[in-house]
Parts: sequence; structure tokens; C-alpha cells
Amino acid sequence: MTDYSIPQKTLDPTFAHLEHPLIETARMFAGNRAALSGLAMFLIIVVVSLAGPWLYPTDPFEMVWSPFSPPGVKGFLLGTDYLGRDLLAQIIHGGRATLAVGCAAALLSVFIGITFGALSGFYRGWVEEILMRITEFFQVLPTLLFSMVLVALFGASLPMITFAIGIVSWTGVARITRAEFLKIRELEYVTAARSGGASNANLIFRVILPNALPPIVVNAALLIGFAVLFEAGLSFLGLSDANVMSWGAIMGNNRPYILLHGFTIMYPGLAIFLTVLSISLIGDGLNDALNPKLRNR
Amino acid sequence: MQFLVITLRRFGLGLGLLLAVLVLNFLLMHLAPGDVADTIAQDAGGLDAEVMAQIRKDYGLDLPLWQQMLKYFYSVAQLDLGYSFYYNQPVTTLILEKLPATLLLIISAQVVSILIGVVLGVIAARKPNGLASHFVTILSLVGYAAPVFWTGIMLIILFASMIPLFPIGNMVDVTVERTGFAYMADVLHHLVLPMLTLASIFIALYSRLARASMLDVLGSDYVRTAQAKGLSEFQVVFKHALRNALLPVVTTAGLVFSGIVSGAVLVETVFSWPGLGTLAVQAIVARDTPTILGILFFSSLVVVVANLLTDMVYRIIDPRIQASHTQEM
Repeated sequence: MTDYSIPQKTLDPTFAHLEHPLIETARMFAGNRAALSGLAMFLIIVVVSLAGPWLYPTDPFEMVWSPFSPPGVKGFLLGTDYLGRDLLAQIIHGGRATLAVGCAAALLSVFIGITFGALSGFYRGWVEEILMRITEFFQVLPTLLFSMVLVALFGASLPMITFAIGIVSWTGVARITRAEFLKIRELEYVTAARSGGASNANLIFRVILPNALPPIVVNAALLIGFAVLFEAGLSFLGLSDANVMSWGAIMGNNRPYILLHGFTIMYPGLAIFLTVLSISLIGDGLNDALNPKLRNR
Repeated sequence: MQFLVITLRRFGLGLGLLLAVLVLNFLLMHLAPGDVADTIAQDAGGLDAEVMAQIRKDYGLDLPLWQQMLKYFYSVAQLDLGYSFYYNQPVTTLILEKLPATLLLIISAQVVSILIGVVLGVIAARKPNGLASHFVTILSLVGYAAPVFWTGIMLIILFASMIPLFPIGNMVDVTVERTGFAYMADVLHHLVLPMLTLASIFIALYSRLARASMLDVLGSDYVRTAQAKGLSEFQVVFKHALRNALLPVVTTAGLVFSGIVSGAVLVETVFSWPGLGTLAVQAIVARDTPTILGILFFSSLVVVVANLLTDMVYRIIDPRIQASHTQEM
């Protein structure tokens, strides 16, 4: 007589042998040397920028010595700028505005991008049609020029600059979110939740979005770096808040003197370079940790 | 035939996008503080209210908003983008004068970065753990993280100031009058540094992309078949694999065109390259709203045209893509 009973699997019913996905991600991230050094570098930059005024109390706007003193003269480690202000103080204090604008602008574009991507990927039809046309519009618009126009017409204040950066940088997030939503909305657990009577808002926020997050998180991290670069570009062109020191503003101020006093541009540029580099390393590490399939690329 | 239909459809979409840019331009012009009358009054050192009202009437600023907008569309359709009171020239004349310099810069930078990027990517993909592969990884990180204007300044300091191989800026040597071939050579000599600066960001992007997609393609069945047939490695890589590996590069090349125009603004400023970017920065300093909005429109036009061309190239490389295809967003 044949035994038709289902064979018993020897699975631990408490799933204790499985790691929580977040822990697994964290473990993979921690095993990635490049990503860890990026994270360490980024943390150092953030801490120094936040604690700057206590670590190095010299006023970045005060003229302390003759203009363009080369690095090292009179104890000014990085020298002085075109007005004789301490360059090291400017870089340490300038990090705050640069990082604040970068993070706020990235947050704004992630918010817009998720909204556009989620709505168009979930509802499809005419909603998708309209939202995607708007996304295309922002892809065609030369971003820097548009932000320049906004800042020039409505004033170079930190909130306006943040808005001008955030409003043009969200198209990537929208595309990724939409693609994830298109993929996930067809999956069985979404159908199950829907037939269980879940409302649309519930489906979007509690069922689909959490599962769509990994690539969005990676993109959001990279967006901070993009926004930092963008802010630097605007300030370099002279579109910065004159009352706030930022890395881009230091370079914009000293722009006319690059041939004779290149160091006044080199150091703030290096600060931006290291910041964006560390963010890219973190982003790549997150990408590898969240998509183990892609790791061998 | 189908090719024509799709191209026409794309063309229509492009026109729609440009119309949207015009609406945006119009709104910005009206939201911005101050109008034409204010500008003229400022130039004249103050005018009384009656004259200002007359000027507003002459320029049609007393009409309802939608009529003004239609008037604006009508004049743009006739290539009239308004008048720059700062330069005392029609904006269109001003822009057409500067456009060739910008086009030369962005097109050469795009071509050079795709060429170098793809070559680097292919070399790196053939030995995924080799030296070239690590080089591409590092290059793509460094090329992206360095602000483009900073790269430009560092290149000027290195290759124009310390080792005077290239001029520090401008598009031609104004102290010597040249014609014909000598003139072109001079322009190319001036082009090298700004072009490399602008290309640096995109070389990083393309080499990384080309490496990833080449790795994908090299692992696929049809490449293994080609290898099994005994084709030389050159034939396998360049005749069989490259064509498919190029697709993501072409898609991205279309997507980043607006980024290239943005980068060009910064690069032009650093190298005093006499193009639309330097004009835009000067117009912003001078608060010359018609000029800056005209540039916004023209550069959007450049991006739309570039996207149309990219789309055609994409369909030539990959004939599988037909009417049903709308480029993957």
C-alpha cells in the first residue's frame, strides 16, 4: 500500500534559523570594507561639521591675516582666502550649510519621487500618463539652468536653494519607485491583501512601499551626494546665501584668483570630493547588501 | 514606414514638452518681481506712473493673462524670444550667436566620453578581477565625486599654468588673427581642457555601465555559442557582444543630456568658453530675465532634439524594438 501522506519537512517551525532581513543586510554591509570606510569617513565629516564651532572657534567671516597667506603661515593650517579669512575655519564651518542643504534637498526629492512613482505605478491609466509626462518634462529641463533661474528670481536663501535643488532631482526616484510598484502590484501577496479588503492607501503604504524600499534607499543615499555637488555648483556661480558659509561659496568667492592662489579652491573642493565619495561608497555598499544577486558585478 | 510613424509620434511628444517649457517660462516671467516697465524705468533712472502705464499698454501687459500667454507663444513660434535691455539686442540673436560654441562643447564631450567609457568598460569586463577592472571602479567613483568645475580648475592649474600645454580659457587666441585651418586648429587646442573636464563625469558613468552590461552579455548563451564556433575573441567581443552591451549606454546617454547641458554651464564659466552657459551666468548677474528664460528654452530644445536622435540611434542598434516599444522609463 502506498503512503500518500505529505512528507514531514524538518523545518524549525519558529524560523529561528533565519536571520531578520535587516540584520542580514547589516551583516553584509559590515563585511564590505569599502562601504565601512565610506561610512567612517562620512561620520567624521558630519561630526566635524556639527561640532565645528566648538572644535575650531575662529569666526569664518573674520579677517585674521593678510589675504592669500599660503597654508601653514602664522598657524593658519590651510592659509587664508582673498579677504584674509581663515580657510580652515571656513571649511569646518561651511560643512554645516552644505550638508544641511544636501540632506534637505535629497529628502524633498525622495518625497516627490516616491509620490509620483507610487501613484503612477499603483493606479496606472490616466494617472500614470499625466505623472509620467510631468516626469519627462523634468528630465528634459536642463536642471542647473532651471535652479539658477529659480534662485536668481526668488532670492538666494538657504530654503530657496534647497527647494531649487530638490524640485529638479526627483525623476530618478520616481522612475525606480514606479518600476518597483509595477513589479510588486502583480504579486500574490498584494492580490491576497486586496481580496482581504485592504484599502488602496493601505496597499500603497503598508503592503507595496515597504517591499519597494531597498532600491529607493540606495538612490536616496546617492541623492545626498548629488545635492551636495549641486549646491556647490550653484554657489560657485555666485548663487549662494551671502550670510552663510558653505564649501561651494568658498570656491565661488575665490574664483577670480585660481591661477595665483589655487589652494583656496583646492581644499574646499577636496572637502566636497571626500563627502560625495564617502556617500557613493555607502550607496554602493547598501546596494550590494540589499541586492545580493548583483554582488558579482 | 513604421519607423516614420514612431519618429513622428516622438516628435509630437517633444513639441509638447517644449510647449510645457514655454508655459513654465511664461509663469516664471510673471511670478518674478518686476516687469518690462520696471526694467525700462530703472534704465531711465525712474519714470512717472503715467509713462509706465503707457509702456505696460504697449507691451500688452494690461491684457488678460491667457491672451498674454497666447501672444507669447505666437512670438516664440516666430523665433522672437523678447528683447534684452541689458545687451540691447534681441534675445534670439544673442543666443544663436553663442549656441555653436556650446553645441561644439557638449557634443564633443558626449562623443569622447562614450568612446572612452565603452572602451574602458569592455577592457574591464574581459577580466572582471583584473587591474583594468579595479581602475574602472575607482575612476567611476572619483569621476563622479569631484565637482566638475573643481576638476576644471585643477586641470587649468596643472596643464595650463604649471605645465603650459593648453590655453587657460576662451575659445580662440584673440591676439592672433587666424583663418581657415589654422583657426580650426586653434579652436581645437582651446577645446581640449573644457571638453575633457565635461567628459570626466560621463566617462565615469559610461565605463561603469559598459562594464556591467558587457559582463552580463558575455555570460549569455549566444556569446558562448559564438565562442564555441571558434570565432576569435575580437569578433566575439566587438561583433557579437558589444552591440547588445551598448543598449544601456545609449539609453543613459539620452537620459543624461540635460545633465551635460548643466555641466556645460559650469565648465564654460571656468574656462570662459563663450557659449550659452557663460551668457546665462552673465544674464543672471545682470538680472536680464528675457535672456535667461530664452536660454532655458533653447537648452531644453537642444535636450529634446538630442533625445529624439538618441531614440533613433537606439532603434537602429536594436531592430527588435518596434511600435509597441516606449522607451523604458
